Amino acid sequence: MIRLVDICRTYDLGGNPVRALVDVTEEIASGEHLAIMGPSGSGKSTLLHVLGCLDRPDAGRYELDGRDVSALDDDALSLLRRHTIGFVFQSFHLVPRLTARENVELPMVFAGVPAAERRERAMAKLRAVGLEPRASHRPDQLSGGERQRVALARATVLEPKLLLADEPTGNLDGASGRHVLEILSRMNADGLTLVVVTHDPAVARRARRLIVLRDGHVVFRGSGEQIHEAVELLSTGDGEGDAAPAPGRP
Amino acid sequence: MAGELLRLALGAVRAHRLRSFLSALGIAIGVAAVILLTSIGEGTRLYVVSQFTQFGTNIIAINPGRSKTMGIPGVLGGSTRKLTIDDAEALTRIRGVEVVVPVTMGLGAVELGGRSRSVTILGATPDLPVLWRFGARQGSFWPRGDPRQGGASAVLGPKLARELFGERSPLGAVVRIAGGRFRVVGVMQPKGQMMGFDVDDIAIVPVASALRLFNQDELMEIDLVYANARDTARVEAEVKRVLIERHGDEDFTVTTQEAMLDVFGNVMDVLTTAVGAIASISLLVGATGILTMMWIAVGERTSEIGLLRAVGATAAQVQAVFLAEAAALATLGGVLGIAIGLGGGLLLRLVVPGLPLETPLRFVLAGLAVSAATGLVAGVGPARRAAALDPIDALRAE
Ligand SMILES: Nc1ncnc2c1ncn2[C@@H]1O[C@H](COP(=O)(O)OP(=O)(O)OP(=O)(O)O)[C@@H](O)[C@H]1O
Ligand SMILES: [Mg+2]
Repeated sequence: MIRLVDICRTYDLGGNPVRALVDVTEEIASGEHLAIMGPSGSGKSTLLHVLGCLDRPDAGRYELDGRDVSALDDDALSLLRRHTIGFVFQSFHLVPRLTARENVELPMVFAGVPAAERRERAMAKLRAVGLEPRASHRPDQLSGGERQRVALARATVLEPKLLLADEPTGNLDGASGRHVLEILSRMNADGLTLVVVTHDPAVARRARRLIVLRDGHVVFRGSGEQIHEAVELLSTGDGEGDAAPAPGRP
Repeated sequence: MAGELLRLALGAVRAHRLRSFLSALGIAIGVAAVILLTSIGEGTRLYVVSQFTQFGTNIIAINPGRSKTMGIPGVLGGSTRKLTIDDAEALTRIRGVEVVVPVTMGLGAVELGGRSRSVTILGATPDLPVLWRFGARQGSFWPRGDPRQGGASAVLGPKLARELFGERSPLGAVVRIAGGRFRVVGVMQPKGQMMGFDVDDIAIVPVASALRLFNQDELMEIDLVYANARDTARVEAEVKRVLIERHGDEDFTVTTQEAMLDVFGNVMDVLTTAVGAIASISLLVGATGILTMMWIAVGERTSEIGLLRAVGATAAQVQAVFLAEAAALATLGGVLGIAIGLGGGLLLRLVVPGLPLETPLRFVLAGLAVSAATGLVAGVGPARRAAALDPIDALRAE
């Protein structure tokens, strides 16, 4: 479903180039569940943004569903995000003055879905994340876990193929975090391709596949069960590239 | 999509009630001022037009002297002939003319027994009711005859009649008017104020008698009523031709009712333009309020903009969201302004009961349209800024 070849992303910070991604080559199969780990500033969010067509790589090739995304203009990328990609953020990013249902409806507003259908689909999604009774509550009336579930409903309401989650449990306590993860797993089981950025080994372990970034490089590739190796690698703070098997392999 | 944007916009406006209210206040005040000023202007226009046209519109007035723009009559022209009853008689022969009324005026006392009342005394002919479109309520004007011959009959205004006679009928009684003896033959219908003077409080006598009473040798005005509005130009030309033939010079001024309405219309247009200019200044101030508010809103909601982009809003859609918000804000200001303007009008009418006020629906609609447009214009800058934000940078802002 996704093929990244030699993706580079360099930020210019007051004349100093910051290399957030360096020659990242990766394939993500349809229906996969991939976890991205790495120390702070290693480029995890940047990679997620590139995958989500929010950010453009400076170099390299990005194919999504067989299309070369690097060539698309801003409007085409917007449409791609709208229909193919869902985002979940650590800080939920709910619109504070809208109710839960209205937040879930938001992507459909821009997609031009008629009001009645929008309402129905939003309610169905809220039901799926167990929040139907909270549909008319505003974000400040919801707990963190509930907010993230609203965000999940919103991210998936237009039935995207790819869901990108950046520290989805980072702001949640254990129980609500697990609840969110269970919903994510269920969605993945239903065929949604899932990429999760996390610091939490418990989150990463659930993934079928796992990569570790350091300074913009992929320094480890393994399965979810190899989480201990990854954690060890992260705690030692070295292991430049040596532990990384060939790309495209679980 | 448009309706949805509006709903989103109204939600955002509602989320900061006080702030929205304050930023829309400029527009509100501007629109209120415009509504109020134009209502007074329109009311005045309608009032004045109704004053003019209560006599009918097919009227031509001839006054002695060249028109004001040519200087003081008689000083530059040299030989200025007087405007006489003979002139008026000559005009009756013009085709299409219904009546010609030679008119003069003066102040004098009307006395009955011990009572005396100082009023306006009008010299005219029995055709006056045709010119004024109202006549005697009681009795009638003296019979038509040669207007060069005076007469000892008089018609009184109803107020004057009441003051002198109380409840008794004045018909047949003899009164002294400016020293002369007149028999009362009629009492006018009550009319009240007309062109600024009280026609209920006058005495009307034959024009030749009035000239004699006031020792005048010239009419103040000749009024001419013609049958068909399409004849205005021809009748006007013939009036000039006839009088120039008689005077040897154009030493008089002919004013058609149409021309008077035109002049008045021009004056009102200038006033309306001036009001419009003032209004556009206040709307400019209002627009600044909206601009400031929207600029702040874009700054505050940067991360929301990032989110909108992340869920698939195009840059144009983000721009539309903020444009709709600016327009909604300004339109609310416009609605508020219309309410203030109409309310202010009602209040003003309580304080100044005679004030003519008229608010046509089209003013209200224009007020709304202009405020919405102002909002759109004011919103362009902030909305473009929102649309131009990089999604990642926007999401990062918290
Ligand atoms: N807009 C930007 N401008 C400049 N530098 C940036 C920008 N975005 C990211 N960077 C830099 O790129 C590098 C990678 O950032 P990124 O946000 O991808 O890290 P991360 O792995 O997600 O870290 P964290 O775990 O703290 O979220 C960092 O050094 C960061 O400072
Ligand atoms: Mg990050």
